[in-house]
Amino acid sequence: MADSPSGRSLVVDAVTHRYPSGALAVENINLDIKGGEIIALLGPSGCGKTTLLRIIAGFIAQTQGRIIIGDDIVDALPPNRRAVGIVFQNYALFPHLSISENVAYGLAARGIDKAERQREAQRLLDLVQLPSMGERLPRQLSGGQQQRVALARALAIKPSILLLDEPFAALDKNLRLDMQIEVKRLQRVSGITTLIVTHDQEEALSMADRVAVLSHGRLEQFGTPSDVYDRPQTLFVNTFVGSSNRMPGTVVSSDRTAAKVRLDAGAEIIARPAAGALADGGRVTVCIRPEHLQFVSDDTGFAGVVGMSLPLGATVVHEVKTADGSGVKVSQARIGETHALENGAAVRVAPLAPALANAFPATL
Amino acid sequence: MGAAPASRDVTSYGMGLAVPLALFFLVFFVAPLLQLLWLSLHNDTAGLHWGIGQYLHFLTDPFSLSVLGSTLLLGAEVTAVCLVLGFPIAWLYQRVGPRLQTVIILIVLLPLLTSVVVRTFAWIVILGRQGIINATLQSLGMIDTPLKLLYTQFGVVIALAQVQMPLMTLPLITALGRIDPNLDDASCSLGAGSWRTFWRIVLPLSLPGVIAGCTLTYAAAITAFITQSLIGGGQMLFMPMYLYQQASTLQNWPFASAISIIFLLAVLAVVSVFTTLGRLSRGYGGA
Ligand SMILES: Nc1ncnc2c1ncn2[C@@H]1O[C@H](COP(=O)(O)OP(=O)(O)OP(=O)(O)O)[C@@H](O)[C@H]1O
Ligand SMILES: [Mg+2]
Repeated sequence: MADSPSGRSLVVDAVTHRYPSGALAVENINLDIKGGEIIALLGPSGCGKTTLLRIIAGFIAQTQGRIIIGDDIVDALPPNRRAVGIVFQNYALFPHLSISENVAYGLAARGIDKAERQREAQRLLDLVQLPSMGERLPRQLSGGQQQRVALARALAIKPSILLLDEPFAALDKNLRLDMQIEVKRLQRVSGITTLIVTHDQEEALSMADRVAVLSHGRLEQFGTPSDVYDRPQTLFVNTFVGSSNRMPGTVVSSDRTAAKVRLDAGAEIIARPAAGALADGGRVTVCIRPEHLQFVSDDTGFAGVVGMSLPLGATVVHEVKTADGSGVKVSQARIGETHALENGAAVRVAPLAPALANAFPATL
Repeated sequence: MGAAPASRDVTSYGMGLAVPLALFFLVFFVAPLLQLLWLSLHNDTAGLHWGIGQYLHFLTDPFSLSVLGSTLLLGAEVTAVCLVLGFPIAWLYQRVGPRLQTVIILIVLLPLLTSVVVRTFAWIVILGRQGIINATLQSLGMIDTPLKLLYTQFGVVIALAQVQMPLMTLPLITALGRIDPNLDDASCSLGAGSWRTFWRIVLPLSLPGVIAGCTLTYAAAITAFITQSLIGGGQMLFMPMYLYQQASTLQNWPFASAISIIFLLAVLAVVSVFTTLGRLSRGYGGA
């Protein structure tokens, strides 16, 4: 694939889009994506992910801002001249064309002759591990197979950017994992800059080099999976990515890297101030993940009463009611039945280690 | 019916509901048709001698054959005009906002809300020697003598096309509406221009609608007695009028019956060609 323009960089420069209906779908988004990266666009339903994808592909002309692919500003180019491959959520295979005609469609549009087209389509079908399906029609394939065909079809035009809109949403869990691995493998082989839209945080964290978290059309954070998971910049990111307990508290003392916070539930803990030093005495929301809490037998931590316990396979999640009336979840590795806790048992809960929690200024 | 065994064919449940319509068809369609067939198999107007003489007469008479030919041709021309004009309207309908869609539907349906006779007379006014078209062209100095538009094949085709247009446009709108809009975008992102997308994706997927529209338009156009007769005038004879003359004016019922049967078979043949074409062309229309 030496001739392919794969791995071009993609810059989304201050893009804002307002639909004619007045809905502000994306607002001042800035993304600087290097050639060959896999990026996940993560966010809840309606936050503007599809809109941003369609702007990059050229189906929507943004109200403001620029899209730059490689060294070219592509805003004036129609979708068929952007060399952007796109895999739609519902695959959008052409129902009346055979699988190999589907894959070869983009090559035909480029005026490549028939024999060459067929050879290339076969090569791509081999690549996505469907070597003998070429003669079938799309509806004769399973969902996962159609997905692979859609991928092969998008790759056939040797795009410089590959866009995938919730590509795995319709697949069951096992198949989804297979396809995630498959896409990552193909991406590594071809080196195509790839943007995956998803509202599945596990998918985003496992597949992407960097994750862009969106909420209400705004970019909340753009960073590596561990940035986003361990060092969230906003309360939204902390609670949307992974699960998190939100505990109100008051700052006792703080510098730029650590804050001592008195929780309303009792106990003082050390938390990482997400946005710089916090004012002493200020109200904060502390986010701490269930897996970062443990039951302790000494008198550190805060007191609570065990409510419901949910066994979730490898872990057990206990709901603990604290003194201030709020609830926290505590996740515990499951080691036989020994850790079973009685409903109503009085316990003490403490963080596993200092500074695993994040503190955000409280907003009212 | 409560405890029907699970294996019972679900389609059998509704059959009873079709009985009234079936009876209606039997009495008012099948029976007259059989009577027509029976009549046509007589060699004389009194109906005393059996035979296929009427059919032989029609099939060996150049005049009768030319009437049949020009009627079938008329249907083809009207269908072609409706398809060429109706497709862009249906295509446009899928691409505009809801308010314009209402306007388009209204324009498409409007002909159905006025009587065929009224619309046909309107065309006489438009196409006549002193009609709107000739008056306009003359006042613009583009022609000296009025064009002959009324009582021509051209006039009949145009008037019929307008009258039958909804029969083409409505199935097309339905068929185009069933096409996933993402297919357009997919085609475009793969590098195809609008023309390629149209020929390779939109047109093939709308074929079920094209076939349905063509069949309806064709059948309606060749049997449109009023419009054919009024716009065509005395100089152009098509099958419905030919049939009417034989039955009413000449009281030759056996020959008129034979004409009906032959006409019916010819129409069935054309319609089955349409349906076969549809099946051969692998049209799925998102089925
Ligand atoms: N064609 C449109 N016209 C007007 N508003 C729209 C249009 N498409 C989307 N929107 C609005 O823009 C916002 C963003 O929509 P978008 O489809 O980009 O969300 P999304 O993040 O892809 O959501 P999902 O995860 O549900 O697919 C939503 O509030 C939506 O209502
Ligand atoms: Mg979406």
